[in-house]
Parts: sequence; structure tokens; C-alpha cells
Amino acid sequence: MNALHIKLIRELRRLWAQVASIGLVIAAGVAALIIGMGTYQSLEKTRADYYARNNFADVFASVARAPRSLLPAIGELDGVLVVDARIVRLAPADVEGLAEPASVLLISLPAGPQPLNQLHLRSGRLPEAGQTTEAVVSEVFATARGLVPGSRLDVVMNGTHRSVTITGIALAPDYIYAMTPGDIMPSEGRFGVLWMPEATIAATYDLTGAFNTVSLKLAPGAATNTIIAGLDRLLAPYGGQGAYGRSQQTSHVFLDAELTQLRGMSAVLPPIFLVVAAFLVNMTLTRLIALEREQIGLLKALGYGSWSIAWHYVEFVLLIAVLGIVAGYGFGIWAGNALTVLYARYYSFPVLTFSRDPAIYVIAAAVTMGASVLGAVRAVRQAAWLPPAVAMMPPAPPVYRRILGARNPFHLEVPQRWIIASRHLLHWPWRTAGGVVGLALATAILIGSLWSVGAINYMVDYTFNRTERQDGTITFLGSRPAAALYEVARLPGVLAAEPFASLGVEISKGPVSRRIGLTAYAGGSDQTRLLDDRFRPVVLPEEGVIISRSLARLLRVGLGDSVEIRPLDGGGQTYSVSVAGLMEGYLGLAAYMDLEALDTLLGRSPQISGVNVEIDERQQAELFAALKATPALGMISLRSVALERFRETMAQNMFVMIGVLLAMAGVIAFGVVYNFARISLSEQGREMASLRVLGFSRGEVSMLLLSEIAMVTLLAQPIGWLLGIGLARGMVSSFSSELFTMPLVLELDVFVYSTAVVMAAAGLSGLVVRRRIDRLDMIAVLKTRE
Amino acid sequence: MMHGEPIAAASLGEEGAVPAATSLPLVCTSKLTKIYRMGEVEVLALDAVDFAASAGEFDVILGPSGSGKSTFLNLIGGLDTPTSGEAWFQDHQLAKASEAALTRYRRDHVGFVFQFYNLVPSLTARENVKLVTEISRRPMRPEEALELVGLSDRMDHFPAQLSGGEQQRVAIARAIAKRPDLLLCDEPTGALDSKTGVVVLEALLRVNAEFDTTTLVITHNVAIREIAHRVVNFANGRIVSVETNQTRLPASAISW
Ligand SMILES: Nc1ncnc2c1ncn2[C@@H]1O[C@H](COP(=O)(O)OP(=O)(O)O)[C@@H](O)[C@H]1O
Ligand SMILES: [Mg+2]
Repeated sequence: MNALHIKLIRELRRLWAQVASIGLVIAAGVAALIIGMGTYQSLEKTRADYYARNNFADVFASVARAPRSLLPAIGELDGVLVVDARIVRLAPADVEGLAEPASVLLISLPAGPQPLNQLHLRSGRLPEAGQTTEAVVSEVFATARGLVPGSRLDVVMNGTHRSVTITGIALAPDYIYAMTPGDIMPSEGRFGVLWMPEATIAATYDLTGAFNTVSLKLAPGAATNTIIAGLDRLLAPYGGQGAYGRSQQTSHVFLDAELTQLRGMSAVLPPIFLVVAAFLVNMTLTRLIALEREQIGLLKALGYGSWSIAWHYVEFVLLIAVLGIVAGYGFGIWAGNALTVLYARYYSFPVLTFSRDPAIYVIAAAVTMGASVLGAVRAVRQAAWLPPAVAMMPPAPPVYRRILGARNPFHLEVPQRWIIASRHLLHWPWRTAGGVVGLALATAILIGSLWSVGAINYMVDYTFNRTERQDGTITFLGSRPAAALYEVARLPGVLAAEPFASLGVEISKGPVSRRIGLTAYAGGSDQTRLLDDRFRPVVLPEEGVIISRSLARLLRVGLGDSVEIRPLDGGGQTYSVSVAGLMEGYLGLAAYMDLEALDTLLGRSPQISGVNVEIDERQQAELFAALKATPALGMISLRSVALERFRETMAQNMFVMIGVLLAMAGVIAFGVVYNFARISLSEQGREMASLRVLGFSRGEVSMLLLSEIAMVTLLAQPIGWLLGIGLARGMVSSFSSELFTMPLVLELDVFVYSTAVVMAAAGLSGLVVRRRIDRLDMIAVLKTRE
Repeated sequence: MMHGEPIAAASLGEEGAVPAATSLPLVCTSKLTKIYRMGEVEVLALDAVDFAASAGEFDVILGPSGSGKSTFLNLIGGLDTPTSGEAWFQDHQLAKASEAALTRYRRDHVGFVFQFYNLVPSLTARENVKLVTEISRRPMRPEEALELVGLSDRMDHFPAQLSGGEQQRVAIARAIAKRPDLLLCDEPTGALDSKTGVVVLEALLRVNAEFDTTTLVITHNVAIREIAHRVVNFANGRIVSVETNQTRLPASAISW
């Protein structure tokens, strides 16, 4: 080790607190990069492998009932490689340990190997041919309900109870993320998938020789849209409900949304940390070099070259970067693994491990070192190339600007201490600006993440407290005559019952069309209602349809325009209906009608799809028993349970995410303020000591520094708010799809919390530095020349 | 003269050139001792010093480097606390005063001038003085203080735009603007040439004459002794002698 290296180590030790705070910012950036890129890569690669290995289909379609003889024609479509026809049915199930009925999705297993969407068997075996009541169950459901091979399950298949024996537990690429159809979140333990021999399901549902779902594997580069159109054409006569690609396959879409979010995180967060780190490096090094100016002159006089001096300081920076990178690796790997474990709970993959791709770590290290060295360049360049004679002389005295002085335009009597602070800030405009930007970024990160809590609370409140206020929803298996309402109303514990109808329709205007859910409520419904922009209940018009604004924009229609509606399970007939109202909606594209108006439009006898009920909690058990006894009434979902689970899931995810972001923003704010204050103290220590001699108290002298910090922090807030709003907007638009929009709810408290957190971090570092001011040795300082 | 013996206030009054003392000296010390500890090593910087000065006195403190002059001045200025012994300002005991009380004492009663001027570089001359007048009970106007040291035409200059002598005079203006009872100067001319130094000394004498400010000036410039009422000689942490000048010279009459 040469002398310069010894100096380097001593310097690092002496400045350990600054080194540590810069290292932390770097570590946070490296960690964000590793977590973001690593998790993205894990999910993306695992999904791609899984899809490839288990033959995940490219195009999907449901149909009412189509003959298997149609399959060759589908296979003939240009670009189709494999056709897989299945029977899929939703059925109520009675699960031990669950009071209310659960629901299971029955999926047929062919006698031979599965062509597409192949199962990944976790344990047990597939049902044996000829064993009509054997089934393989999805893992999440099995885990939640404690099902193992050999367990039995009561499933109501087409009205009759069947005791099904579990032979195995499996995963499938088309149900990585498994939700009850129509729900917005997975209901662990209340919904599962059962794969059963095709013969059993076909016989039970009278679908022998027929299918109601088809999946296609396409040749690489095949024209997906053309194939979808062709498939639609072939299925139309049999009640085709519209084919779609992976981009509308529920499980795939949810994973995509997650991936988009992760990509956004790795694109936004790490650069913020790296910019702040580069700035801190620059600030600290500039001061260090200013203090060592004479030493540099001396070293040069001794014969050290400019490059070796420059390298000395670059090494200093690289050492800090290495410390940060190592800490960032550690935290990143830990958090990445934790996040992956969390993901593995929601997404069923055969194996999901956090990426160990060395490229990520190399990139993270390279980018970080690059940013740090970039931060150092200016400071080093200024010093290393000074001629020794110049370097050994003290620098030219600083020139200050006379702002806020006696002749300020407002004739304000400003205390001299504020003048000192503001002139000092202005004397280093770039550093001050850097500090302001750093703190603004910390505030922005907080606003950009905290707003989502408010938005989700808002959506929960909007959905569960304002619009869908029913205790439970009983959904029939298919539609039933309107009189079914009275059957439900008579059930024990039902205090009020309101019918609804929902059907999948293709809504179109000219060339634009979309497949959406159309919901109809009875006039005067109170439990479930629509609200206008000012939260006033909307009275459903006697004729016409109310559509969401996003749908209206897509179709380019306004009030009074007419649109075409084609029920997906009908005979392909279309109906013309006028747009009678527009409304905001978070679940994307939606349309609503009055129940009678719908029946009139379709020219059918009154029919309903289910009933919303208000439940007397004391009689809940009797209600569930009655529902299990009359499986024809279908399935019940409970709001309270849904809400609780939603909150649980959200709280868990949000807690982790917000905790991490709070810590990260805190690290930035603390790092910026601490370094800022330390350097300011180093520059102004002499002035502070003089002030102490003049009779200023410790508190008053500290104010010199604290007021600088306060000015920078306050200045940063409005900028941070603006950046934060921008960040939130960016997130909203990256989340939003046709399926789902998130409202940009920015309540005042988000700004207050964010600013409070940044101020707390700033205040904390201010106090840490204040302790140094208190220990300032007046006499020692005054004895020496600057 | 006496060696390290207490100088009674009454005896001061009898010595012609010293201004008449009131009943109490303005500052006095008794067995004032300061020991610096640096690890194992102890340095006896001040060894049981007894001293008193009455209002309006102008004393010069001489002595070799390391003889304890600065330590002494810092102690009676309330910048530091003694290891043992006592220091009084009027009837305030300084030796055991709290940090806050010492801060108040410096703020209300003491002005300091150091060899290195210790001006705030980001404030103009006027603002440097204002810094003090803002927190004093009965300050003069900053302009008045600067006028006294002959800097009326330099008030809006920053320290970096002033010469060494001018900077030192700003420091004096800043020290006297609060109308201190006690003005303590540690080698105020140490960094200045003879001609500039004389201007600075004139400013000090003027303040002493006009406001009756008790002034203690440390110097190792023997020539300066001629302008004082009394000359206090330090050696090895003790006062070895105190001489009284029967006649004083004006600052303009000396040079070095
Ligand atoms: N902070 C300190 N720590 C240790 N020793 C000190 C300190 N300040 C002064 N001394 C020592 O005390 C003695 C007196 O110092 P000082 O009062 O500064 O002398 P003078 O001002 O007469 O030159 C010297 O030996 C000096 O080294
Ligand atoms: Mg000295």
C-alpha cells in the first residue's frame, strides 16, 4: 500500500458518516435496480419457460355448444398449429370447513395427452380413464382447503351432487393467476379449478361430441387477428362468444400488468438514486478537494502527476461506490427473494426463484460506478490539473452577492443570520440547486407511491360503500325467469333482494367494437346503484344504455347516439340502442341498463342472472345451508368477505411497498441534507465560531445552518409536489388499460405526509450536524488562519 | 513590581496614570489556573494568576510565545473556563458560570479582536457590524462604529474587497459597536505592517478614550507598550511584572 492509499483509507474513516450516507443512497439505487430487474426477469423468464414447456395457447374462445366435427375446419385456418377443444363449466361445490358454497371451474381432460395448456402435476396422478369421479385440483385451492390426494369434495354438477375424489394436485399455464370469473381478485379457498375426464363432464352436461371452449396454438408470426376473425366466423352459428388472444386472457393479463409495473419501477427509481448519488459525490469531493488544495500542490511539487492525483480521488469515489454496491446487492437480493416469495403466493408457477442472472449485477455495478465517477469528474478536473504553485496558494477569496442587503427593494429588516445563510446558498448555486432537486425527488418518490393508498381506499369506498352495497350476491348458473327472485327472497336470513341480469355483449359503432359486460338492474334498486360524477344516484332510463366514458371515447359516441349490441350467447342477432347516459367507471369498459328495458330490447320474457341480497347476519348459517341444499340457485359471494380479503391483500402488498419506498425516500432526504449540512459546516465553521465569540448562543449559531437546510427543504417541496404529481400520473397511465383504470386521487394528506417525512429526515440530519456545532471549539478555530 | 500578587483596586487608584477606580475593579482574577490535558501530558498554561483592571484602563500584555497570554484573555473573556481559581466581572463570578451565562456575558459586555480578523465573508463591513448590533442591548449604529474606526467610505465592501488593516478595523468596529465594558485584543496588529498597525491602534485608543472601555491588548511588539496605562508582563503562565507608564505616547508616535 502506498502513501496515497493510506491517506485514502484515513480520509474514508474520517468522513465515515458522509461516506455511509452516500453509500446508502447508492445502495438504495442498486437495490432498486436489482429488485426491479431481477423480479421482472424472474417472472418474465419463468412465465415464458412455463408457457413453452406446457404449451400455453395463443388464441382462446368460448362457445355455447359446438360439435367436435367443427375442429378440422378450425385447424384449417391459416397459421393454426394445434387445436384443443375442451368443456369448461362453473359449478358450486361444498367444501368441508367453508360455510358458504365455493365454486369450482370444471375443465375436461382428454383421454390421451393434453395438446395445449398442459397440467404441471405437483403430486398424485391424473384421473384414470373410466373413473368418472376422479379429479385433479388446482394447487392454491388445495392448499387453502387442505385437500390432498384422496380427499373428497362435493360438487354440484348440473344439479346433482357428486362426490369427487382428488387424485392429484396440479398447476396450469392458463391459470397462473386464478380468479372466479367476473371477480376482480383471487378468492383463495373459495374458487378452484378441477380437471376431470372429458367423458364425465360431457355426459353430465349433455355435451358428448361437443365442446364449449377452444384454444389454438399458432405458428410463429401467424396473423393473430385474421385467425381470431376466422375462428369467430366458424363459431358464430354455435353461439361463439368471441375469440381473443393472450392479451385478453385473464391470467396472462394480470401477469402483464405486474410486469409493466416492475419495468416502470426499474426505469424510474434507480435513475433517481443514481442522480442523487452522483450529486452527493460531487458535492463532497468538491469540498474535500478545496480543503486539500495545498496538499495537492505539495504532492505535485513532490513529483506526483496530475493523473495520479486524479486517480487518487477517483479511487476514493469508487471505494464509496463499492461499499454502496455491496450493501445494495445484499439488500436487493434479500428483498428480491422476499418479493418473489410473495409473488409465488399469488402466481402459481412450477418454480419461481429470484433471478440469479449475473448480468443484472454487472449492470447494476457498472451503472453505479459510472454515475459516481461522473459525479467526481468536475471536482477532480478542477483540482488535479492546477499548477503546483497555484494550488499551494489559497484560492481567490470568494465573491458574494449583495442580495437581501440594506438596499433590498423591499426595505425589509432581515436578520443578518438569514442574510449569511441565503448568500451562502447563492454562492454555491449548483450545489444548492442539487440539494433542492435531491429533496424534491425524495418528496416526489413519496407522493408517487403514497397516492395509491388513497386511490385504493377511494375505489374500495366507491365500490363497496357507495355503489355495491349489498351483503351478498347470488349468481345463478345461467339466466333464470324473473320469478327466481321470489325463491331467493324466501330463503332464511334474506332481508331484501334485488334482481340483476348480466350478459356478455359485443357493443359496436361502425367499425369499432368491444366485448363487454352489460349489467341491468331493476328500477329502484337501492343496494346496487350507479352514481354520477357528484356521487348522486343515477336513475336508469326507461330505454337506452348508460356506458362508461372510456367506452364512449373508444366508440366515439356521445349522448343520444345509437350503438349496436350483440349478446355473445345469443343467435348472433344485433339490437340497436341509444346512449342515454355516460359515467366514470374504474373497471374499464362497462354498460348498464334498466332490467325491463333490457328484456324489452331483447324481446324476451323477463330473465335475471342473479340477486343481490341484504343478509341478516344471525341467520347466515341457515342461509348457507339452504343454498347448499338448492344448488340450482348457484353461488353466493359475500361482500364482507370480499372486502376483507381485498383489504388484507392490499394492505400486505402496500405495507411492504410503502415501507420500502419510505425507507428509500428517507435515505435520499437524509443523505442529501446530511452531506449538505456537513459541507456547509465545514465551510462556515469559522464564521460560526466567530459568532459564538460575539455572544451568539449555540442555538442561534445552529440556526445559521438549520435555516439553510430549512430554505433548501422548503424550496424543494413545491417542486417535489409537481414531480410527484407527474410520477403519479405516469403510474396511472401505465396501470390503465381497457380493462381497468385507476383514479388519480391526490388528497391533501398525501402531500402533507410526503413533506412531513422529508422534513423529518431533514430535521434529523440537521440535529445530527447540530451536535457538531455544539462541540465547535471556538478558540482553536480562531487561532488558525482560514 | 509585585509578582503575581493581587492588585487591590485601591492601590490602582493611587497610581497617577490609571483612571480613578470605583470601589470595585471591572475585572479581576484570583489564583486563576488553566491546565490543558492532552492525553498523558499536562500543560500548565496559566499558573495562579491574580490580576485586576478598572474601568477605562488601557493595558498592554507582553510576554514570550506560549507564556499564557491568550489563555488568560480567553478566560476573562468567557471563551473558556479555568481549571481552578476565580475570575470576576464586576460582581459576576465567571469561573463557574454556565455556558449560557458566559454567552450572555460575551454578548453584553465583551468585545474581541483577534489577529485573524474573523469577519463573515458573505457580509459587508456594515452588515458584519450589524450582526452584533442586532443582538445588543444598547448598541451604537453600525455606521457610527465604522465612522469611529475611519471606515465610513468602505461600509458596503465585502471583507474580500478590503485590505488587512481595513478588515481589522471592521473587526474593531464590530467589537465596539455593542459599547462593551471590556475590549480584549489578541495580537490585533500581528498580521499588519507598522503603518497599518498604527491606524488600528489609534482606533483602539480612540474607543478607549471616548467610551471608557477597559481595553486589554496582547502583543509581542514591545513598541506598543508606550501607549498603555499599564504594561503586564507574562512568563511561564504567570504575571511576572506590571509596570505603569507615567506618560503615554499617542499611537502616531510609535512604529516598528
Ligand atoms: N487547547 C490547548 N490545548 C493544549 N495546550 C494548549 C492549548 N492552548 C494553549 N495551550 C498551551 O498553553 C500554553 C499557553 O498558551 P497561550 O496562552 O496560547 O500562549 P500565548 O498566547 O502567550 O502565546 C502553551 O504552552 C500552549 O501550548
Ligand atoms: Mg497567543
